[in-house]
Amino acid sequence: MSDIAERVKKIVVEHLGVEAEKVTENASFIDDLGADSLDTVELVMAFEEEFGIEIPDDAAETIQTFGDAVGFISKAA
Amino acid sequence: MFDLTGKNALVTGASGGIGAAIARGLHQAGATVTLSGTRLGPLEELAAELGSRAHVLTCNLSDAAAVEALPKQAAEVMGSVDVLVNNAGITKDNLFMRMSDEEWQSVIDVNLTSTFRLCRGVIRGMMKARWGRIVNISSVVGATGNAGQGNYAASKAGMVGMSKSLAAEVASRGITVNCVAPGFITTAMTDKLNDEQKGKILGQVPAGRMGTSEEIAAAVLYLASLEAGYVTGTVLHVNGGMAMM
Repeated sequence: MSDIAERVKKIVVEHLGVEAEKVTENASFIDDLGADSLDTVELVMAFEEEFGIEIPDDAAETIQTFGDAVGFISKAA
Repeated sequence: MFDLTGKNALVTGASGGIGAAIARGLHQAGATVTLSGTRLGPLEELAAELGSRAHVLTCNLSDAAAVEALPKQAAEVMGSVDVLVNNAGITKDNLFMRMSDEEWQSVIDVNLTSTFRLCRGVIRGMMKARWGRIVNISSVVGATGNAGQGNYAASKAGMVGMSKSLAAEVASRGITVNCVAPGFITTAMTDKLNDEQKGKILGQVPAGRMGTSEEIAAAVLYLASLEAGYVTGTVLHVNGGMAMM
C-alpha cells in the first residue's frame, strides 16, 4: 500500500472509529463505514490538512469511497 | 458565574450600544474579544476601555469580500474564534408599497447574508475544536412583524430559520447556535424618540420600561457560556413581556 493510502487510512480509522480492515478500496464512507454527511466534510478537511492540498467542493462530492480519496489525493498532492 | 477565560469571541456591530455591551459582558467573563464594526473611532475607544484581551477589526458588512476575510483575520489576531456574536444590523424602514429593491436588498445583505457568511467562516475551526458558540441577534419584530419594517423583519426571521438549521447540523460537534431577540432597548437610536412615541411603545410592554443593552448582553453571555451547552436552536426573547413566545 502506498504511503498516501496509509495516511488516508489512518485518518479514516481515527475519525470514524472503524477497524482498519474495513477500510478497503471500495468501502463507502457513508454506506460501509458509518459516516454521516458532516463526517465526510470533516474527512475532506482532514485530508486537506494532512496533504496540504485544497479539495474544492465539487471534487469533494466525488470522493465517496476510500479508493476515491486515495485516487484524488495521489493526483493532487 | 459564567467563566469564558481562554475563549476568543468575535462581536460584530461592537461600535453600537448593544454590541458594546455584549463585548463588555464577554470580556468581563474572561474572554478575549475582537470588536468589529464600520467606525474605527468608537471601536478603538471601547478597546482602550477594556484594556488587554481586546482587538479591533473594521469591516463593512455589505462588502462580501471583507465579510469573508473577517473570521480569518479574527482567528489570526486571537488564535481562534470560539464565540461568534452576529450583532450588526441596519434598518431601512419604509412602507411596503414604497419599499425599493435597494432598501430590501441592502437590509437582507447586511443583516442576513453577512450573518450566513460569518457563520460559515467560523464553523470550520469550531468543528475541529469540537466546541463553539454562535449567538445571532435577531429581533422581536422577526417574530411579530412590524409595519414599515418588512425588510428588517424578514432578515431577522430569516436569521432564526438559518440558525436552527445550522444548529441541527453541528450539534453533534459541541457547537451551539442560538438567537437572542431583543424587544425595545434603550440605545442612541431610541433616545431620539419623543415622549409621545416612547409612551406608545411602552404601552405595549408589560414590564413598563425599555430594556437595557446590559440585559441583552447577559442573555448573550449565558448562551455563550459552557453551562448553556445543551441549549441550541433556540430563540431567547428579551422583551419585557411585549411578545410572549
